[in-house]
Amino acid sequence: MGVKKIVTGVFGEEGFITTKLDSAVGWARKYSLFVYPFVTACCGMEYMSVACSHYDLDRFGAALPRFSPRQADLLLVVGTISHKIAPVLLRVYEQMTEPKWVVAFGTCTCTGGFYDNYATVQGIDTILPVDVYIPGCPPRPETVLDGIMKLQEKIQKSKQEY
Amino acid sequence: MSEILKNIEEKFSEYFRESHSKLGEDTVLIKKEGILDVMVYLKNKENFNVLMDLTCVDYYGEEERFEVVYHLYNLKDKKRLRVKVRVDEENPEVESLCSLWRNANWFEREVWDMFGVRFKNHPNLKRILMYDEFEGHPLRKDYPIRKRQPRVGPLN
Repeated sequence: MGVKKIVTGVFGEEGFITTKLDSAVGWARKYSLFVYPFVTACCGMEYMSVACSHYDLDRFGAALPRFSPRQADLLLVVGTISHKIAPVLLRVYEQMTEPKWVVAFGTCTCTGGFYDNYATVQGIDTILPVDVYIPGCPPRPETVLDGIMKLQEKIQKSKQEY
Repeated sequence: MSEILKNIEEKFSEYFRESHSKLGEDTVLIKKEGILDVMVYLKNKENFNVLMDLTCVDYYGEEERFEVVYHLYNLKDKKRLRVKVRVDEENPEVESLCSLWRNANWFEREVWDMFGVRFKNHPNLKRILMYDEFEGHPLRKDYPIRKRQPRVGPLN
């Protein structure tokens, strides 16, 4: 009886099998985020504190950084992106396999921040699609966790492709 | 006037232009033709064995537009010296100091990248901060403040 209760809780009482699978796949995906940290600047310090035991990103199933884009499904762009490195970032994004998500971590990646100059990309959304923007210079770890939870919500609600 | 400035003025009277010791900072302006001779003397005879910094200033609108600034340090006597040369816009070129201090290599590449001042006899004078496709020199005062040269993505 207990198992039946859990199963109906996740998948609903009655429904089309596609809906059930979507929900189950979304649930699996949102708790197994493999992060590719693209760390270029001081935001990296905040990323480290989020990933380590004080704020413990592992609680959200996103603890293990993969340093190969082919093994990652969450591109965490942490820090100022200059025009010089922009093609590298784009290449990393293109090498990631679907499904994949992008989080802009910090003001510089969201808008360019106060680096309104010849060297800096004015927001990474000018070169690749972004799912969640985390503001702050640098963002507090709590803000990052909030962003990760928003991303999980988005993954759960979106239509799953498989 | 400090001894070092006096020595430079006496030994290199043909290159010497002006000097001061405001706020205890010895500063000497010399002609660009004499930069290598003066620096060889300062390194070997006056023990200025560290090149702390090498940078440039754009005095836009002045006749000799760029000023290349060298900061030297004497580790033995703990003394500092600032040496400057002026170059014009038509031929912004100074002799490279890579033969004296190896760290001059990257400093000079940075000055070339940002200001477009060339360094004669530099072993590898190419951009160090900006990408090779970048046109112009961004720290020049006449580089448009809004000009962008992205490699990927839109002009923003």
